[in-house]
Order: sequence, then C-alpha cells, then structure tokens
Amino acid sequence: MDKNNNGIARFLKKISKPFIRFYNRFMDGSLGTKMSHFVMGSGNVYHGQIIKGLIYFTIQAGYALFMITCPKVNNTPLGYKAFINLITLGTEEGDIFTPADNSMLMLLFGVVTIGITLMYLFAYNSNIKSSYKADQDIKNYGKVTSFKQDAKEMLGNRFYITMLTPAALGAVVFTLLPTIFMILISFTNYDKEHQAGLKLFDWVGFNNFTAFFTNPTGEIAARFLPVLAWTLIWAFFATFLNYYGGILLALLINRKGLKGKKIFRAIFVLTIAIPQFVSLLAMRNLIGEYGPMQKILMDIGILSEPMSFLANATNVWTARIAIILINLWVGIPYSMLLASGAIMNIPESLYEAARIDGAKKFTILRKITMPYIVFITTPYLISSFVGNITSFNIIYLLTNGNPKVTGGYIAGGTDLLVTWLYKLTIDEQQYNLGAVIGILTFLITSIVTLVTYRRSKSYKEEDAFQ
Amino acid sequence: MSDKTNTKTDTKTKFFNQTRSEKISKVGAYILLIVLSIIWLYPILWIVLNAFRTEFNADGTMVGTVVSHYWPKQFGLDNFKILFANTYFPVWFRNTLFVAIFSCILSTMLNLSVAYVMSKVKFKMRKPFMNIAIVMGLFPGFMSMIAIYYILKALGLTQTLTALILCYSAGAGLGFYVGKGFFDTVPQALIEAARIDGAGEARIFGSIILPISKPIIVYTALMSFTAPWMDFIFARVILGEQNTHLHTVAVGLYYMMYGQIVDTSRFTVFAAGCVCVALPIVALFMYLQKYYIEGSTAGSVKG
Repeated sequence: MDKNNNGIARFLKKISKPFIRFYNRFMDGSLGTKMSHFVMGSGNVYHGQIIKGLIYFTIQAGYALFMITCPKVNNTPLGYKAFINLITLGTEEGDIFTPADNSMLMLLFGVVTIGITLMYLFAYNSNIKSSYKADQDIKNYGKVTSFKQDAKEMLGNRFYITMLTPAALGAVVFTLLPTIFMILISFTNYDKEHQAGLKLFDWVGFNNFTAFFTNPTGEIAARFLPVLAWTLIWAFFATFLNYYGGILLALLINRKGLKGKKIFRAIFVLTIAIPQFVSLLAMRNLIGEYGPMQKILMDIGILSEPMSFLANATNVWTARIAIILINLWVGIPYSMLLASGAIMNIPESLYEAARIDGAKKFTILRKITMPYIVFITTPYLISSFVGNITSFNIIYLLTNGNPKVTGGYIAGGTDLLVTWLYKLTIDEQQYNLGAVIGILTFLITSIVTLVTYRRSKSYKEEDAFQ
Repeated sequence: MSDKTNTKTDTKTKFFNQTRSEKISKVGAYILLIVLSIIWLYPILWIVLNAFRTEFNADGTMVGTVVSHYWPKQFGLDNFKILFANTYFPVWFRNTLFVAIFSCILSTMLNLSVAYVMSKVKFKMRKPFMNIAIVMGLFPGFMSMIAIYYILKALGLTQTLTALILCYSAGAGLGFYVGKGFFDTVPQALIEAARIDGAGEARIFGSIILPISKPIIVYTALMSFTAPWMDFIFARVILGEQNTHLHTVAVGLYYMMYGQIVDTSRFTVFAAGCVCVALPIVALFMYLQKYYIEGSTAGSVKG
C-alpha cells in the first residue's frame, strides 16, 4: 500500500471480487448450481450428494422459520421483529397490566439476529460453492465426492476448520458479541433512570461521549481528565519501574559465581504463585492503620501517629505512591523471570569478545547485557503497559478506588478508568457511561499498541524464527 | 550456565584470588538479595502466622482482627476449625475445584488448537484472524462482562458454576500467542515428512505434534487451572453476592471481610482460608516451575 491511488483501486478490486465471483458462478454453473441460489442444497441433491443437500436445506428452512416465527425468549422476540426492535428499542411503555418492553434484550437480540443472519449468508455462500465444486469435479474427474469423503476431509486438509470452529464460536459468543453490544450501549441512555424492563431507553447518538468532554453540569467531564491522567501516570510508573527493577534483580541473581540462584529465584516465583487477592489483601491490612507496619514505622520514628496510607483523604498521592510501591512487590518477580530468561540466552561469545577487547564490567553491562535484554523483552514491555492501563485487581483490592475526593462522580482518588467503569456499571448501573469509558480505554490501549507493536521487530519478522 | 561445574570446583581458589573490591561487591550482592527476599516474604509469612494466631480477649473471645504485633503470642488451629465448621469454605473450595478442572480442560483444548493452526497452517484468513484477535484483546475484559451477564441471563444460565466455566474458557482461543510461539519452534520439516508419508492432518496433530508439546500443554493447563482460584471479578459478577453457596474461594473469602459490612474481626479466619487456597496453588507452581518459566518467557519475549 505505498501509493494511495493504487491502494484505493486495489481495495475496490478486493471488495468487488466476491461479487464478481458470485456472478460468474451463477452464469457458469450447472442447473443445480443455479437452483442452489434459490433453494439451498438443491445443487448438491442435483449432483446426488443427498445428505449434504439436506443439511443445507435444513439450514435454510431453519433460518426462514426463525425469521418468520420470531421465537420469544423472556418475552422478547428474535427474528425479523428483532430488526425492528433494534431500531425502536421498544415502544410499549408499560403499565400495571402490561410489562414494558425490555430495551436491553431488544438491543441484544437485534445484534444476535444480525449475527445469525451473517452466519446464514456464510452458509448460503458455501452451499453455492459446494455445488459449483461438484460441477467442477464432474468436469474434471467425472464424479463427485461422497459424504464420507467430505467428512474425512474435515480431518484431512480441512482439519484446521474443524480445530478453529469451537474456539471461534466461543470467542464470538463470549467476546465479540458482548463487545459489540457494549459499544452499542454507549449510544443509548441506558442508565439508572432507564432500567431494562422497567422503563424504555433509546438511542441518543453521541451524547454520552460529549458528556465526557463538555457536560453542561460538568460532573463527569470534570472527573474524566484527572482519572485519565492518573491512569496514564500509573501505567507509566507501574510498567517502567517494574521493568527496570526486574532487570536489576535478574542481573543480581544471575551474577557469575553467586550461590543459591535457584533458591532466590524460587522465593520470587513464590510471590507470583500466590493468588493476588491473598497477597494484596494481606498488604492492605499489613500497612493498614492497625497493622504491624505502622508500629514499626512509629517505633523507628518515621511516623508520629498511625496513618492510613491507602485511605489518606488529605492527600491522594499518599495512596497513589503506596499503590505504585506495592505494585513493585507484585510485578518485579514477573519481569525478573523474563529478564533472567534473556540473560541466560546471551551468547557467551559476545562476552568473550568484549573481554578480549579489554572491556570493563560496567561497559559490558551497558553495551551488551542491557541492550540485549531490552531488545528481546520489548514486546513484554508493550503488553505490560497495556495490562497496567487495564489493571483492575491491584486498585480494587488495595483501595477500592478510595480515598473519596470531592465531586468524585463515583470515581475516587485512586480509581483508574477500568475501576471507574466497573463502579459505574456494577454499582451504579450507569451502563451507557461505563461503555463510553470502555471504548475510550480501548482507544488508548489500541493507539499505544498499534504505534509501538507494529514497529517492533517481532511483529515485522513474525516468521523469522521458523 | 556453561561454567557451572567450573565454578563449583574453583570457588575456593577463586575467592582468595579476588581483589578486595570484587569481594565487597559479592558480599554486597548477597546482603542485598537477602534483604529483598525478606521484603518479599514478609507479607506472606505474616498471613501464614495470622492463620495460626490464637489469641484471646479477657472475656474469652478470640481476637480475630488485625493486630500491631507481627509475631503471634499464641499459636493454634482454631481459625481452621472455624473456617471449616462455621463458614462455607469447604463448599467454596469444592466449587472452585469443579470450575477449575472443567475450565482447564476446555481452555487448554481451545487455546492449543488455535495456536497450532495459527502457527502451522497457512490458510487464507490467517493474518486477518490474528489481527482481529489482537483488536479484541484490547477491549477491557469486563466491559463485555456486563453483556455476558445478560446473555447468560437470557439463556437461563446466570448464577451457575457452568456459566462461570463458560466465561473462563470460551474466549480461550484468543490467547493463542504463547502456544503459537511454542509451535513456531517445531520444525516445519517434521510435518512435511509426515505429510509425504501420507498421514492426515488430524493424525499429524494427534500423534506427532501433541507428544512433543508437553511443555506448552502443561503451561496452558497450569495457567487455566489456577485462573479460577485467583479471579474474583468475573466470579463476583456472574455468581452474585447473595449466593454464598455458589461462590468460589476468592469471592467467598473477599466477602468474608469486605461484604456489605466491612468485618475485620474475621481477619484470622480469612488468613486461614488464604493459606488453604494458596498452599495447593503454590505447591503446583513450584512443582511445575520449569514449565511456567519456560512458557512465560517464551510467550512474552518472542511475541
């Protein structure tokens, strides 16, 4: 895609290709293939592939039945009515006798019906392809493949489809569909005042997004930038302090001639193995007002009276710095392990060469060891930055987003975008605002990833190691 | 570590040949590492100590709260007795084990099949699929959690452990990167040779790839088995706060302290629960440490 014109032309060509192929197949195909454009499976039946034909026909009949009868789940229809409902999001306001339409389910079922329709179209296309292939087989070999052969092929050359299908289905239902659903929610007024099934909600365009930047009352807008800023500060420090801390620790443990490497490494792996809710809640209580840390600090005279680091309302930075420090405890072992792996991989010949040239220890460290580690662990650095932007456990378990700040709009002093999102949706039922935060978080993480990841060597030379 | 054997035999002579500054820096390294180890072990030991802390008030009730002295004045098993007799902990443990086993099997299968295909089968949609997977991975996981909650509700599956298993494992195919990194190192020639011998793709995967994939299978299984013991957000949303008998250990123990009412007087019982959860997980990790280190290094380093 070096030339723009070229790019557009190529793009047009690319998207028109399936349609041209579709047209060609229709003109070129046998009567059976032509028929299968209208009745799925007829092409296969025409060629004597009865079972395959019946399967395709069942799909078509099932889809038609589904669209026309509009089966109801929880009193909300699927099928063609779901398309209409997706646009209106319900019309029945509801009174004592009739329940209101459930706008949330209508939105969800609209998306589901679109998904089912897309799958149907996919099956429709594959039905034509299958019939067309039978045409070709007759032309080339004089006979079509039997059902048994086709089934066997699913374990042969098309085995990858067999392997991918369950995973793809799972990902579509449990990741893609919910994500699309939440993106759509961000364009509605689905909130506390418009609970699903009690009161209708409706499309509101970009209102929720503008509220984050220019809300007339200013509540969310005033909170958004500070939370965003803290999220970025947190992600920056959490990532780089842990990263370089881990490298230093790895250098220390992997020192030449140091005994007990395994024991030291095991101690740090131990902290990875302990579930975070255990270690973080332990930390929270350990440094809390009644915990032993307070006493130690008071005994050695650093503190004059008990002070709750994580809930200190007078200065949010006390809690913020405490969180970043505790995160060192959580995160350094991970990066230590990675850096250790990199250090052990450094070719001995590099060191030899440097030593022969009379390089000092520090020079070797600066010119060979560090660049090597950094080069090899850059992908980790990126993914851990993204992970820190969306890190939930540490904030939620340590401070719950507190201390409270004035005009917080639910967001406390240590809340990240994601914990704010959680509170808005789970605790406050402000689904639309939560969804907007989710999208904004996605934008941030994707920008970071796209800019850095696509530039990194390991993406460009994805196959270089094979 | 090519010079491991050398260092062992020569340490003594080497030590005396070292210059003074080298000796100091070596001793310094040991001291620093020991101090760091103490810092890292300090909170862990504290939880363990609290699990065994059995101190009584003047009126004979147990002191369950956080106290300011690190070392307990009296040890005992009372917290464990309370944990097993008066709380739902055994049920939580059984729930978590159930979820962990099934989500481990499902996740490992989904994850590795995608990883293998993405690494070794060069089909037409491969690059687009990989890009889609990257993009989907960038959405915050629990943004979709709310939607999942309602989808499950529509399917009549909410607040069951089955739903939780599906949540943990259904999307596992998207995390194929580590596995792909492993399969990338399997020589293509091995597969080509089998193809020439006429082996079908399913057989190649079953009888050639799987037997040499033990490290990645163990790593993936370990990660997915331990996830339900550690996660508490998904479990909390899907299972609901009220259904105490359905909770997993993480949710149950969290609510024991930080439910509707923050109850810090059960801290020692909570600590006992933590020990019971962490012990098997830590043992598993330590036992499979090699695979864990291999997997996490390979996956993130090579990308």
